[in-house]
Amino acid sequence: MITARYHREIPQRYRLEAGKCLACGHLSFPPRLVCPECKAKKFETVTLSDEGTLVTFTVVRVASDKFSKETPFPVGIVELNGGVRVTAQIADANIDELKIGQKLRIVFRRIQDDGKAGILCYGYKAIMA
Amino acid sequence: MRDVVVIGAGMTQFGELWNKSIKDIFVEAALKAIEDAGVDHIDSMYVGAMSPGLFVGQEHLGAVMADYLGVTPIPATHVESACASGGASFRQAFLEVASGASEIVLAGGVEKMTDGADVTEALATAADQEYEVYQGITFPGLYALIARAHMERYGTTREQLAAVAVKNHRNGAKNPNAQFRSEVTAEQVMKSTMVADPLRLLDCSPVSDGGAAVIVASMDVAKKLKKNPIRVIASAQSSDTIALHSRKDITTLNSVVKAAEKAYKIADKKPADIHLVEVHDCFTIAEIVTTEDLGFFEKGKGGEAAEKGWTSIECKRIPVNTSGGLKSKGHPVGATGVAQIIELYEQLNGTAGSRQVQGARVGMAQNMGGTGASCVIHILEAS
Ligand SMILES: [Zn+2]
Repeated sequence: MITARYHREIPQRYRLEAGKCLACGHLSFPPRLVCPECKAKKFETVTLSDEGTLVTFTVVRVASDKFSKETPFPVGIVELNGGVRVTAQIADANIDELKIGQKLRIVFRRIQDDGKAGILCYGYKAIMA
Repeated sequence: MRDVVVIGAGMTQFGELWNKSIKDIFVEAALKAIEDAGVDHIDSMYVGAMSPGLFVGQEHLGAVMADYLGVTPIPATHVESACASGGASFRQAFLEVASGASEIVLAGGVEKMTDGADVTEALATAADQEYEVYQGITFPGLYALIARAHMERYGTTREQLAAVAVKNHRNGAKNPNAQFRSEVTAEQVMKSTMVADPLRLLDCSPVSDGGAAVIVASMDVAKKLKKNPIRVIASAQSSDTIALHSRKDITTLNSVVKAAEKAYKIADKKPADIHLVEVHDCFTIAEIVTTEDLGFFEKGKGGEAAEKGWTSIECKRIPVNTSGGLKSKGHPVGATGVAQIIELYEQLNGTAGSRQVQGARVGMAQNMGGTGASCVIHILEAS
């Protein structure tokens, strides 16, 4: 079943689409109606870079019930080239080798089963570049 | 705005209160506060609670509690600002009395967290559900992101994080209402179960049930009751981005900086004028960051301050979380902000027993929601 919410979020979750403010150039991900920098309300759609850098990270060892089968899993804040930051799981990584500043790449993966956004929930994760 | 004072306070034991319902817990705290104030009625009431809908399946908490407290038909409103719900509840009561709309208002807070809900999931609703929680991050995880960034940038150490927990347990051991009345060693903290690297179990505030309430009134009411009034000399609130990743600097909580700037200005005080502070230590790193952002220590030095004991009751440089803080006293989310006010009320009245900060006349309470997407700060002064 594809829920309305799942459908609505496809452009940002699958295609990494952001809103670029036509007044000041600030990138908003996900897209917004008001630019947080200059408060302008006109945007163009741009696709974010899939390459970035690890800003900080943790390893979640105690998760909510929905993610408890996945523990331990690393999650970090990734700064994509262009400046947008996202929170993402870091997939296929050796936990002991993670370092702030390391290069990452965004890929598309299954994130969770049976979440509030639909039965199968896909989205972006980061992997070592 | 006219002078507003706190004239009474009451709270339940914090802890796993399996035999008490959310109604029992709130009403017990409210009755104690009303009795302590010596008032024969209240004009209105606020109930701070983060998520009774998720924790116990009950919303419409204002009406629920007015009914069970036996005070219908007075106005009763549920106030929500995640973990800052209690502070926001107190602020609403303050504003209502300050405006002249009411003379006597009850500001309460409550949470019932041990009735079987998925607590990790419920608490995570205070973060961005679509762009943080979707990825499986938890609240300990989000604060761990802050902790690692703070350690990387300022050299904050694992030992410094532990020092916060050790100090707060030492204070909480002296608080009869605290959930954990036991001391812990730095070694115990650093060997406790890893929850979200680098944060361990003893870096985290516990899952708690509890309620707290205070009576806020005009100075006229306080004089008639011949109460020693504790004045509310500043009430300030700020917001920030809901997602941690949207902030340019994740080692600073901008809502804390902004609310503090406002509060100091309104009260005409500076950090050096504050005799004790209750900060929102939901995790040890939060106490380090907030004591910096409130201006008590230079940015990056909060860890060193904790390790050197500058935040202890004895040191008196700035006693932090004399109540035991969220860490040791417990963190029934919606009650926390009100319980912070109660600690100030007792300290400024000189009735804090073995936790008493000698000569304390000015106290601050800092309560925040999520990763600081909301922050409420109050400053109280003994008359
Ligand atoms: Zn703009």
